[in-house]
Amino acid sequence: MKSWLPFTWIAATRFLREGRMQTMFIISGIAIGVGVIVFMSALLTGLQANWIKRVLTSQPQIQLIPPDQIARPLRLGESVVELSTVQRPSQRVVSIDQWQKIRDRMLAMPEVTGVSPTMAGSALAVRGAASRSISISGVDPATYFKIVRVPDYIVAGVARLTNQDIIVGTQLAVDLGAVVGDKLNLRAATGVSVVLTITGIIDLGSKGANERVAYVALRTAQSLMGVVGGVTTIDITIRDIYAAETLAQQIQASNYVQADSWIATNAQFFTAVQAQNTSNTMIRVFVALSVAFGIAAVLVVSVIQRSRDIGILRAMGSSRRQVLLVFLIQGGLLGFVGALVGAGVGTVGIIYLHATLHEADGSELFPIILERSMYISTILLATLTGVLAAAAPALRAASLDPVEAIRG
Amino acid sequence: MAEELLRLEHVCKFYNQGTPSEVEVLHDINLALNKGEFLALIGPSGSGKSTMLNIIGLLDRPTSGALIIKGQDTSDLNDTAVTGLRAHTIGFVFQDHHLISAFTALENVEMPMLVERGFRGADITAHAQELMKKVGLEAVQNNMAANMSGGQQQRVAIARALAMNPSLVLADEPTGNLDTKSADSVFELMREVNHELGTSFLIVTHNLDLARRCDRVIEVVDGRLVR
Repeated sequence: MKSWLPFTWIAATRFLREGRMQTMFIISGIAIGVGVIVFMSALLTGLQANWIKRVLTSQPQIQLIPPDQIARPLRLGESVVELSTVQRPSQRVVSIDQWQKIRDRMLAMPEVTGVSPTMAGSALAVRGAASRSISISGVDPATYFKIVRVPDYIVAGVARLTNQDIIVGTQLAVDLGAVVGDKLNLRAATGVSVVLTITGIIDLGSKGANERVAYVALRTAQSLMGVVGGVTTIDITIRDIYAAETLAQQIQASNYVQADSWIATNAQFFTAVQAQNTSNTMIRVFVALSVAFGIAAVLVVSVIQRSRDIGILRAMGSSRRQVLLVFLIQGGLLGFVGALVGAGVGTVGIIYLHATLHEADGSELFPIILERSMYISTILLATLTGVLAAAAPALRAASLDPVEAIRG
Repeated sequence: MAEELLRLEHVCKFYNQGTPSEVEVLHDINLALNKGEFLALIGPSGSGKSTMLNIIGLLDRPTSGALIIKGQDTSDLNDTAVTGLRAHTIGFVFQDHHLISAFTALENVEMPMLVERGFRGADITAHAQELMKKVGLEAVQNNMAANMSGGQQQRVAIARALAMNPSLVLADEPTGNLDTKSADSVFELMREVNHELGTSFLIVTHNLDLARRCDRVIEVVDGRLVR
């Protein structure tokens, strides 16, 4: 017996050690439960982080675009409409009205981490006999590359964008037979034409995107689209990505722009993330419940088995509080030790899965994210669950009448 | 004149009082026990001996009447006070010894002191070792209680009962499950403790030979003292 341990701890550990078969079984049960929680949490955190990284580092979290251009029928007077059919007008490339002011207003918002004005449009890329229709994004590299990590996607060349430079997707480069350093002729619908040098080739992970995407400097795009000094989009990144929709609505309400959040434009993806979070919580709750019932069941049996010992302890002067503590400590210890083993098992499981599963190209399927807070909260939760589960059996033990208990 | 240790005054005990199955187990018991006295309590099974022992041991309360220990009426004491008085005044030896199997023999002897203080200490261990020596078991003191013979376990139980230096040891058929030789040896041990330490003993027994070797014999029949 350790001299520094209180009597209640000594009795609790001895009782657990003596019923080692029971103890082993319940610890195994708790460990499996906690292992599932740790495994699921690490897996989902990793997968989500990977998805979010893929989705949100290749697009801004909020995009400001000019409001839809709508036709306004002429009215001749009160309740008299001149035109009975109003057709939706085609959407011309127009700049966001007073975009510099809006940009400054966005930069002043504490929730916003990055703002970048861009000029988007389409053009024809021509090289020799080959030509392809492409989407042009005119960007300011200094601000835009903080929002969309274009340099991360470079597979050849560098992420440099002066007024004579262009960065193209891998498939577009293949289609046009171009490599880094080659010239490309870009022709816009406005009739403007420029010749640019390919400085970088990027792989965005999607063939469709790689066929069409091209980045040029903001000024180059502005002159190509015939909107000098204008921008069609203001891209924004924010601190809390899950607050994007609320913030977008606030921005739209106070500015003459349409604000689209990633949540609205990737509704299915967002729903999937939410569904995963909900199912993860449900799994945690049900596993915790089954662990709690397991601990309670074992301790109820233990109280019955040990009723004579409890009676003896009471006859020797042990208080009801001490008896109560002996069983609460047992519950807490079972939860704690089971959680420690389970955390180890879950971690080994996730590391094994990470080492076994790969993407088709051999890269990792998901990053391993083992957060210390997840371990601490899981172990604390399991210990607390153990103590709570032990409450009913412990109260029963504490209320035993010594005479009845000794009689058995 | 010998100093009085405890007194039962008009003690009655009913079970299931006020119901059709009401049973009167003890009827108007008056008994005084002196310090250093070695008393045998005999009587047929179901006569109320164990109930009387439980009441004297503060494990049960009388339905009416009073138990006075060292001049203090215990009737009005609350659960905590009763637990404290019991721990310091009374030691128990049960027929089935009732050692806690999860602990060694020495730890079982340490248990009452450990329960009271909450923590273990060198003085507690030293006192327990001394008691183990007194009962002749110092060589096997670190054996698990469950791995000892019946006679040895009962000796450990006596050592445990003496751990808090009680004024009174209540023994409920302490030799009931032992062979004649072991029973004799356990009885002699209790007698020795009684002489050496002046501890009072109240022993419930069916063994009339042992009863005759006590200072005084009390007989209970149908809940009444008959001698």
